[in-house]
Amino acid sequence: MMISGAKIVVETLIEQGCDTVFGYPGGQVINLFDELYLANDRLKHILAAHEQGAAHAADGYARATGKVGVVIATSGPGATNLVTGIATAFLDSTPLVAITGNVPCELIGRDSFQEVDIVGITMPITKHNFIVKNIEELADTLRMAFKIAKSGRPGPVLVDIPKDVQIAKCEFEPKTQPVIPSPIVYAPENKLRQAAQMIDASERPYIYFGGGVIAGKAAAELVALSERIDAPMGCSLMGLSAIPSDHPKFLGMQGMHGHYASSMAEDEADLVIALGARFSERATGNKKRFAQNFKIIHIDIDGAELSKNIPADLAVQGDIRDALERLCAMVAEKKLPEWEARVDGLRIEEMERTKSALKRTYEKDCSSCPAPCDKTGMPASERLTPYGIIDAVSEHAPEEAIITTDVGQHQMWTAQRYPLKKPRTFLTSGGLGTMGFGMGAAIGAAAATGKRVVLFTGDGSFGMNLNELATAVTQKTPLVIVLLNNGVLGMVRQWQTLFFSKHYSNTTLDRRTDFVKLAEAFGAKGWRCSDTEELEKALTAAFAEDGPTVIDCIIDCDEFVLPMLPPGGSIDNIITEIK
Amino acid sequence: MDNKFVIAVLVSNISGVLSRVSGMFTRRGFNIDSLTVGETESSGFSRITISFHGDEDIKERILQQVKKLHDVKEVEVLNTNETVIRELLLIKVRNKSESRQDIMTAVEIFRSKIVDYSPTALICELTGETSKIDAFIELLKPCGIMEMCRTGIVAVERGENCLKTVK
Repeated sequence: MMISGAKIVVETLIEQGCDTVFGYPGGQVINLFDELYLANDRLKHILAAHEQGAAHAADGYARATGKVGVVIATSGPGATNLVTGIATAFLDSTPLVAITGNVPCELIGRDSFQEVDIVGITMPITKHNFIVKNIEELADTLRMAFKIAKSGRPGPVLVDIPKDVQIAKCEFEPKTQPVIPSPIVYAPENKLRQAAQMIDASERPYIYFGGGVIAGKAAAELVALSERIDAPMGCSLMGLSAIPSDHPKFLGMQGMHGHYASSMAEDEADLVIALGARFSERATGNKKRFAQNFKIIHIDIDGAELSKNIPADLAVQGDIRDALERLCAMVAEKKLPEWEARVDGLRIEEMERTKSALKRTYEKDCSSCPAPCDKTGMPASERLTPYGIIDAVSEHAPEEAIITTDVGQHQMWTAQRYPLKKPRTFLTSGGLGTMGFGMGAAIGAAAATGKRVVLFTGDGSFGMNLNELATAVTQKTPLVIVLLNNGVLGMVRQWQTLFFSKHYSNTTLDRRTDFVKLAEAFGAKGWRCSDTEELEKALTAAFAEDGPTVIDCIIDCDEFVLPMLPPGGSIDNIITEIK
Repeated sequence: MDNKFVIAVLVSNISGVLSRVSGMFTRRGFNIDSLTVGETESSGFSRITISFHGDEDIKERILQQVKKLHDVKEVEVLNTNETVIRELLLIKVRNKSESRQDIMTAVEIFRSKIVDYSPTALICELTGETSKIDAFIELLKPCGIMEMCRTGIVAVERGENCLKTVK
């Protein structure tokens, strides 16, 4: 059939299995939006408040499901507003197809109204990108975009479509099936044999896994290996939720703000098995000090990650699930009671250090704190603390709830503490560290799954994209926003306290925002909580609501994220207590 | 230890491909010593020759990152001992009676050609490996170089070895 480019886009999206797209209309995508209007019974479009929010929503949709998320924006500012969202997806390897309109081909390069070179701009933050100047190539380019986005290590792809290509007509035949990702890469047999030998010879193996285990659907295989070789596991921020937080071999996130036990166990190991992780400097600390005492087996689907940051003793490129399945069959089952006892000892040490760190904030004099509260004299049992709030939320939230976060202290506390159960239930911006990621991600995750969503955020991060509260209200997103409000940009303040002589340069917000009124103004419900009793009431009410709610939790401005490997430091400098 | 490497990259012959390849070098902080690009025997492909220096680790990282680019079909590190490497130089020097003989001698010894001659200036053309070109330029410096232009290297392996285009 002869149809317009705009209709080809919509038909191809449907053909590729897309049910929901996120976006924002504008002059150069008006034809495309006309076709979305006509196809609204087959393809749902969720209108965001800002293109960045739409991009994060598509990202959240993808993270919650593993499917390709789609975002649509107009040319110029619409396209540039996507940039942070695309970069966020790129750094965390989420499959995303971003579609932008552009000025008609003959106006390109003339600095026309709302014209930018979005292909040039997004080249370093996409797996690949296209500009389609010939309508004959439109459908296949979009199919290729989906294929690239979901093949191998997933990532974002941008397709820029000038307006005249949306208007032009050409013959289109829908395919009966979505494109199939490129064939998986199998890890070479001899490399896996070598890995098995190294594992068999190891007395203190440690497994460090990342988001690749989630993307590669290898959680069961990971657990099987860990149990077979009696190895404790730690993970990067992106690895969280791959396995249940309470798995007996799991020590939690490692690295800059990771658990004491996992970072220490890794350092004391004689062999680190890195799975679908990339040794980011946040996970390793100082690279010169890292890996002094152990050998490394690194398995990843992306060959470019092998030995990129830390040289591996054995680098294996291949699909993680397949590699683990085969590796598990090759290694001998073993028990390592001494190593296990040592790791248990580290866990106990961790608990003691955590206790003493918490004691300090309970006893603090609050009178000079810029947080909008005064807790001086408040009994410790009534005080709101980050961990206390997270624990309370986890008791109220349904088990299948999807947890999203923004970026900063609240993100690290949630990563350390929240009891996660299933893969794809913890959505956070790890690589790029995008404040304001969570609102969009929560909306996208809820749209994709229909599940209850919780956003942990801070008063700094929330301010970045709180306009998406409007979207959440319109969409009746079942979203509980837990705002850890300390009146400061807490993570930077923490660094200023520790490394910049308490020069609190531009981190004291001193805002007068009433988040309850703000929630109400957007059409959501809100509560303000200063103590544990108020929090209990608010959580009960919030989780009974169908739509979005905001719980403004007042916490101390000098709560620290601990432990901490100082920037450029290593496990030797781990800070577990602030005097 | 720093070594000099030459890689040949076969890419789809489409717009933007040079930006993708060179942009990757910039973004990841790799330095390019020279880069040339041109068509190949099949119309769908271009061939990029890049020379850079660095240690084995940098070479490996560059190779892996280049391979990841969607438009890159083939990439190979050329063994410089088994490869014909050439560069072209066009150099314009002052045509003065007192230095003319020196120029002529250099041109003859280096098997260069004079491709333009005017009362005040002349242009020499020279093909060869980078070191030969460097030496020639050094020789002409005292004669007064007005402007010069060199292409960067192109390289093809000796014997049967080929960078295959995807058929």
